[in-house]
Amino acid sequence: MIDVKDLLRELREEPYEKIVIRAPHSGRVEFVVQEPGTKVAGASGTWKETSGTLLARLEREQNKKPLFAPQKGEIMSFAGIQSGQFVQAGQELMTIRHFLTREEVIDRILRRSLSLFPAPEKGKYYFFPDVDIKIKTKGSQTVHVEDGMELFILSRMKRETSVRYSGPAGIIYAVYFETNDSVDRNSPLIGVCPESELGKIQEVISRVQSDWEERD
Amino acid sequence: MDIEKRIQELRDRLKYIQDIFGADENTNVTMLDAKLGEYLLREPGLTEQEAVRQLETLEELFRFLEKKLERELTPMNRVRIVRHPQRICLKDILENVYDNYTEIGGQDDYSIDPSMLIARAYITRRRGKKIHHQAVMVIGQEKGHGQEFRNGGSVKPWGNAKALHYMKVAETENIPIHTYIFTPGSYPIEDYPGAAQQIAKNLYEMAGLKVPIVAVISEGGSGGAEAIGLADTRIMMSHGYYSVISPEGAAAIEGRLRGGQRAEPRLIERCAEQLKITADDNRAMGFVDWKINEPPLGARPEHYDFFRKLRKSVIASTDEIVLGVSGMRLFRSLALKRHKGADVYVRWSLNARAKERLLWTRYMKYRRMAQSAYLDKRHWFSRGSESIGEFVTSLYSYFRYDLFGKQHKKVTELAEDMHAEMQVVVGRSTRYWKGLMSKLSFGKGKKEVDTAGLTSLSAWDEAAQNNGKWQYVSPQAKKDRSVTCPNAPVHGCLDQWAPDLFGEWAGVCSFCGHHFPMEYQWYLHNIFDPGSIYEVFSEIESVNPLKFDGFDLKLDEAKRKTGHKCGCMTFEARIEGTSVMVAMFMGAFRGGSVGAAEGEKFIRAMERARKKQLPFLSYVHGTAGIRIQEGVNGVIQMPRCTMAVRRYTEAGGLYLVLYDTNSYAGPVASFLGCSPYQFAVRSANIGFAGPGVIKETTGMDIPPNYHNAFQALSRGHIQGIWDRREIRSNLVQSLQTMGGRNLYYR
Repeated sequence: MIDVKDLLRELREEPYEKIVIRAPHSGRVEFVVQEPGTKVAGASGTWKETSGTLLARLEREQNKKPLFAPQKGEIMSFAGIQSGQFVQAGQELMTIRHFLTREEVIDRILRRSLSLFPAPEKGKYYFFPDVDIKIKTKGSQTVHVEDGMELFILSRMKRETSVRYSGPAGIIYAVYFETNDSVDRNSPLIGVCPESELGKIQEVISRVQSDWEERD
Repeated sequence: MDIEKRIQELRDRLKYIQDIFGADENTNVTMLDAKLGEYLLREPGLTEQEAVRQLETLEELFRFLEKKLERELTPMNRVRIVRHPQRICLKDILENVYDNYTEIGGQDDYSIDPSMLIARAYITRRRGKKIHHQAVMVIGQEKGHGQEFRNGGSVKPWGNAKALHYMKVAETENIPIHTYIFTPGSYPIEDYPGAAQQIAKNLYEMAGLKVPIVAVISEGGSGGAEAIGLADTRIMMSHGYYSVISPEGAAAIEGRLRGGQRAEPRLIERCAEQLKITADDNRAMGFVDWKINEPPLGARPEHYDFFRKLRKSVIASTDEIVLGVSGMRLFRSLALKRHKGADVYVRWSLNARAKERLLWTRYMKYRRMAQSAYLDKRHWFSRGSESIGEFVTSLYSYFRYDLFGKQHKKVTELAEDMHAEMQVVVGRSTRYWKGLMSKLSFGKGKKEVDTAGLTSLSAWDEAAQNNGKWQYVSPQAKKDRSVTCPNAPVHGCLDQWAPDLFGEWAGVCSFCGHHFPMEYQWYLHNIFDPGSIYEVFSEIESVNPLKFDGFDLKLDEAKRKTGHKCGCMTFEARIEGTSVMVAMFMGAFRGGSVGAAEGEKFIRAMERARKKQLPFLSYVHGTAGIRIQEGVNGVIQMPRCTMAVRRYTEAGGLYLVLYDTNSYAGPVASFLGCSPYQFAVRSANIGFAGPGVIKETTGMDIPPNYHNAFQALSRGHIQGIWDRREIRSNLVQSLQTMGGRNLYYR
């Protein structure tokens, strides 16, 4: 189990994600965004139907293809390529610095500090009735799980199968699925942490929630 | 107490006037405001007698200035009148115009759609000592004086479906229908039955409804109005409006506004004036039959005289329709002609012959509309010769299909029956005889089986596969460049070389099957038999009937660019030797919008197809909807063309619709959407309103593929999706398997 406090320190030292923009194929590049530090927007809309900021155009065989910013952030650096220069497929064009939001930090901490139990196959998942009642009345963090414990009921195409938990023993810290929603194979169902780590994780999470400063 | 009530009434009247005149500076409104304010300041110090006297003077001033303001009303003021919560609504009419009514399928917001109100109503008439109760089906949009759940009279598709259901009930019960139009437009969603497709169904059914229909228009907004507006008599309230689009919508299009931007009030005002939306304009253009005068500044629920007038009008209209088609009518017709609302009694049920006459009268009424809104430049000689040609065609058609055809059919059917009878008798004896012979012949005479045909692989038929040898190759294929498929981020399609993509592959992505738009010429040359296209009615030309600012230039530009006189090309062509009549709507001509010229060509083509017993194909290369600059001249094409479709399909034709690229609004909600056989070229978009309009009016977020052909197919709006390269073979298949009895090749 990793040390969550160290993880938070790491994130504080580098509170962003670096996104390297590469040429999807060879061609002549023409930069639209030219200054480091320029703010860019990512794809937006309910279905991500609105493209992000136009970063550059890549022309091959008279076909100008736009390159959009995939995430919100700012231009960190350019890879020293001039507008009008020919680039090869996969060549680095620029790097975007995407500042992590509070939710993203929490998600990273949880995904690295918890043991995630993935869905073995696609279907609807339910907790066993006694576990379900306990979660509904007292919360998921009161449920202790152990390797081999019958924890879920998988319902698919008129058949119901019990699914056993496999992984380290601990308590259920987070539940990642909703009742009656279909869960894809390998999507996480629950995140488990050892009881001894619970306090530490909760403390780090509450610190992130109160102290983390989000940057544009 | 009485004074307080009267003061409150004046306050309400002033508020109403201020709402109507909006932000416009008007000295009369300012004066009323000032005078009322002064009176309110003075009133506490006055004796009761003096207060009453001054109040009477003030009321007189209100009456006087209201009449004066009435003369100053602009079209936009009228729009504000009909949208005002104090405007009369359908429930007021049911209470005051009819003697008794029962609301069907709704109690306030407990209704499938509270904005559509259906009621069975009675009108009681006394003749001498006898009392007649005459039943009517009342259908209309209900605004409910601004009740939120009524949605402002914007009816959802299932509301229009409910209206249609009860129209059919009225037909079964043989009672007239009175419709009241109080809608700014239909609620633009695609959920089944779909805004456009349901309006199309309503129009199609109303075209053949065998009971008198009277429509009264207060707010007639485009497709929503047409959904219940195809009537034998259309009455319009003097302060109402009837328009192809709301003035705000027209201004947004004229000003090329996007993404929720608001048009300037001056532009909206100008659009309202130019669209000719008032009752007088519509009466002058012949789109409504009567105008009912309202009290100054519009009818409100307390104007009982107006309801009396409305009652007389709807009764007289229904009488007139019935007398117009029934047998014994001489004196009553004369009386009604001399005086609208004359006190005569007419039984409102129709007999079978009267019903047929009613449908023909209705068809001819709409057929004659908007005749001056297009240009027909033919010389009188060519018109005459074409009329003779049409007469000869009709005559030929009569002899070939009606006179000879029917007899021929009878003889053929008789021969078929006799043959079938004989087969039963002969078949049994032949089987017996064959069985006996085979036993005697010891295996001789066995048939040779083509084993090679069954066991060897079929050969590649180059001609059948086209192999890139299209008759017409798109100019897009002549550019040395590569093209990226819009689905590349999802499906990972690689870039394709334009000469391959637009040449051999007919504009179809070889990775995901996305269809890139192609020119309409591609279809003309690659679907129909080479050299078989014979254009008809090409002289009919789009004009600017409302003298809309700047539209002449735009029209000239479209004509120059496309080489066509309007956005619809009508022609006869052959597919595998079978002649078809085609109406093609070209996206390149003003977005494929439909105006009076396009509608007229479509109807003439339909009539020609009916006479010649040809199957009919509407190929929609693209249509953005009804041409707003032609106002009601455009929107009236919805009922006109749908009636032509009904007449054609009932005569036993086959009406096929093929959508390509983008098809939206009025045409889909009428003469295209009413076809039982609608197909779409893959990657086409079909719908009622575009995503921007839906977001704007409903507040719903629309997914990017909302109007995609596959979505339309899932919703049951269309009947199939065709690959562009297979259109010809699919059409051949359709011609052979679909359609009515009277196709010449059957």
